[in-house]
Amino acid sequence: MTLQLLLYGTLLAAVLSFVFGLARLSRFAAVRGTASVLVELIRGTSLIVQLFWIYYALPHLGIELPKLPAAVIAIGVNYGAYGSEIVRSAILAVPKGQREAAIALNFNSYQRMRYIIVPQALLRMLPPFGNLQVELLKGTALAYFIGLGEVFYRTMTQLNYYLYLLVPIFAGLLVIYFALSQLVLLFYRWAERRLAAGRM
Amino acid sequence: MDELIAALLRGLWTTVQATFGAFALACVLGLIFAMLRRVRIKWIAVPIAWLIEFIRTTPLVVQAVFMWMALPRLIGMPLPALTVGILALGLHYSTYLSEVYRSGIEGVPRGQWEAAVALNFSPAQKWLRIILPQAIPPVLPVMGNYLIVMFKEVPVLMAITLGEMLLAANSYIASTFADGIVPYSLVALFFLAVSYPSSLLVRLMERRLNRQRGA
Repeated sequence: MTLQLLLYGTLLAAVLSFVFGLARLSRFAAVRGTASVLVELIRGTSLIVQLFWIYYALPHLGIELPKLPAAVIAIGVNYGAYGSEIVRSAILAVPKGQREAAIALNFNSYQRMRYIIVPQALLRMLPPFGNLQVELLKGTALAYFIGLGEVFYRTMTQLNYYLYLLVPIFAGLLVIYFALSQLVLLFYRWAERRLAAGRM
Repeated sequence: MDELIAALLRGLWTTVQATFGAFALACVLGLIFAMLRRVRIKWIAVPIAWLIEFIRTTPLVVQAVFMWMALPRLIGMPLPALTVGILALGLHYSTYLSEVYRSGIEGVPRGQWEAAVALNFSPAQKWLRIILPQAIPPVLPVMGNYLIVMFKEVPVLMAITLGEMLLAANSYIASTFADGIVPYSLVALFFLAVSYPSSLLVRLMERRLNRQRGA
């Protein structure tokens, strides 16, 4: 369940990072403004508050979500907002000449982004995205609060029978998270090497 | 409604206490971690680096519940939730702050270290008079940002029954059978009302510092 949360949460966060990140660089002030306000709103409140809001408050407005989608949406939206900052700054860090060259070659704005800017920005995004995904993994433990059966919740529900094993159980749980984090970081380091090959 | 706002304000006060308590702890522990990592003795520096990595990449909520359940057994007496909360939050973020200190220390130019040696400064003098006064001011905005992050992480401590805002909202809902929209929205609003102005302050501080350094 933790892995499902990690996977879906990451996918949603990645998509939203790009949507918000690109929207904040939009030519249109209205798009830019809306995206900035949304990102500030999301970053100004905490993930756990958003999770409670989505799971416990939304049903009263007639939107009832099962636990897994509620957690995925909360996690995806929250980390997507943080990710948008990574996307935005990575795109801004691509040298200006690249953009000008694309214009000189008569690329339209989609081609410019797709073939020139984003491939270069992507490499810059990877290390901070790796760190963000570790944060996201840690965030999945918060789904415990809405009773989603991820690894922490399962541990807590079983714990009462095995209280004398408190220390080994928690140590094991922490090691599971640690191992998952290291796997995530390894993956990003590998991806960075692949992407950097033949370029730098 | 008045009752709810009063309860949330009490929760906010607890949140602020936990935030500053944990931040103070994180600042001190973070500096200790940063220094220990620099020690030349390998069997100290390497395990410390792994310990930092371990604490940083595992969830705060799990660490907090672990400490909440294990610490009273260890010392043989119950501890208040605020104490355990400050310990857990402070320990967790000390690992982040140690990285911040590290980048600050590494940003001090080599010549300054050499100057300290040339002037025959003792290690304590070197750190207190030369390195830290130059390493810390540039990273103050980053530390400020972590203070805000920690503030927003406090509701996680409701898992150990710390009476912060989200727990206050929960008990209000449970006792009045009200629906969650108003209480949870108010909690979000309270967080926003504190963290957004604070983040503007940090940005202001950052701009000031950059101007001072002529960047």
